[in-house]
Amino acid sequence: MTETAARAKVTDDPNPQTTQEAARQTAQRMEPVRAEATIKIRARKVDFFYGAKQVLQGISADIRERKITALIGPSGCGKTTFLRTINRMYETVKHARAEGELLLDNDSIFDLALPNLRRRVGMVFQKPNPFPKSIFDNVAYGPRVHGLANGSRLKELVEQSLRGAALWDEVKDSLQKSAFSLSGGQQQRLSIARALAIDPEVLLLDEPCSALDPISTAKIEELLFAIENRCTLVIVTHNMAQAARVADYTGFFLMGKLIEFNDTKTIFTNPAKKETEDYITGRFG
Amino acid sequence: MNRLTWRKTVNALMSGVTALCALVAVAPLLFVLGLLVVKGASSLNWAFFTKLPVPVGETGGGIANAIAGSGELLLLAALFGVPLGVLGGIYLSEFGGWGVPFFVRYAADLLVTVPSIVIGIFAYVVVVLPVGHFSALAGGFALGVMLLPIVVSNTEQFLRTVPVWLREGSLALGAGHWKTIVSVVFPAALQGILTGILLALARVAGETAPLIFTAFNNAYWNRGLNQPISSLPYMIWIYGISAYDDWHRQAWAAALVLLALVLTVNVLSRLVLARKMAARRIA
Repeated sequence: MTETAARAKVTDDPNPQTTQEAARQTAQRMEPVRAEATIKIRARKVDFFYGAKQVLQGISADIRERKITALIGPSGCGKTTFLRTINRMYETVKHARAEGELLLDNDSIFDLALPNLRRRVGMVFQKPNPFPKSIFDNVAYGPRVHGLANGSRLKELVEQSLRGAALWDEVKDSLQKSAFSLSGGQQQRLSIARALAIDPEVLLLDEPCSALDPISTAKIEELLFAIENRCTLVIVTHNMAQAARVADYTGFFLMGKLIEFNDTKTIFTNPAKKETEDYITGRFG
Repeated sequence: MNRLTWRKTVNALMSGVTALCALVAVAPLLFVLGLLVVKGASSLNWAFFTKLPVPVGETGGGIANAIAGSGELLLLAALFGVPLGVLGGIYLSEFGGWGVPFFVRYAADLLVTVPSIVIGIFAYVVVVLPVGHFSALAGGFALGVMLLPIVVSNTEQFLRTVPVWLREGSLALGAGHWKTIVSVVFPAALQGILTGILLALARVAGETAPLIFTAFNNAYWNRGLNQPISSLPYMIWIYGISAYDDWHRQAWAAALVLLALVLTVNVLSRLVLARKMAARRIA
């Protein structure tokens, strides 16, 4: 925990009154992000529909490379939908469609071939979702699908990915055991290792800690800082303290609109919009 | 009588009545089982399981050919019904929706309710008539047709219990739809699907009607897939309606063997299934 705190973007108040208060206090002590990083994902007027129902309206945002961007907002505000637009996961749902401009580097996300897009943009889900396979085969799944490695090179890749997800030391002697034998927190780190194994440029995390206890959550957050050097992270979270702790940038969604998008310090200490302030200070949500 | 005593009395009375009804409901099974043990157990011995039947008048002999025949027929039924049924179930679960899938599902439901004697006649027309004689293949085909709709709906159901987030985990790694089904969804449902297949096999193992026009019977070892073959239910039927006391005794014993086999498979697969379901609830 201490290490996490030391490396956190924002340090936790020892006695926070509320999570909102804690988030605000910690964000105040945080340095704003100075140097503008390269834009990794550029969204311009992205609309999203489930059939006739519009759930996202004109989302425009620049997501910076090798930074952590948090998406916050009340339930049903569209933050997860936006996340699932970035890797086109929404396509599993019938009659769902997205419009507008959404670029990954200079490629339109809507034009990329799916396997190619999802190799570049990985995803970690709310619930740990190990496959009914051994720990090794879970991590090796992506590399095998994309034909990235086999034999000893694959073993190396699996070890590397498990190390990258801070899980190697706990599982190195039980790689052939079922992934279900792991605890919830370990399973979630396994999901991260599995996503890292295909070396994605972007990693999307959909409330990755909401099913975990505080200690497992701390481990995951610590892990995010380590991964940040190698890929762009976008995390949806209900926990504002978590957004304040881990994110360089924060976007606030409300009723299908991106109300405000800025560096985390500004969002939490000096929001431009009244809705943002109301949500941050816990007046609703 | 005050209110509380009245409530307690009614409560006790109703509990008693429902418990009695439950007991009456399962009584036939216990009664059948008891009767079979009483009538059949005394005829069971090693020779009964290992010897061929003997002609009327001679004592001894066994039903080895009928046991082996039933096994062979079930194997043939599985070879025919399981691959088709599993692939059909995958289609319904993974590519389902309206239109064709709806029709297929409805047809499968209807097929379950088709009387087994009708399926026997169907197999007779499709296999026996063109070939010109009864055969193990025709019997296996008839049982396979009975197996098919059970396996289809069972496979579909178990595939549908696989959580969405497991599929999405595979899709999110860039795997295609088919790869996801084969490598993630199907293995996750495999234990349930296998258990369902065993239960379905146990169900059709006792079918006699579909075999009358197809597998027929054989007092000796089966000499090939295109030859008639003996089976436990058929043998029970023939021996049961015969005029000889010795055959009656053997029919009782054969019925006991059949029921014991079916019950064992049934209970074991249900235990496995229950454990799996419990494990899923915890996870």
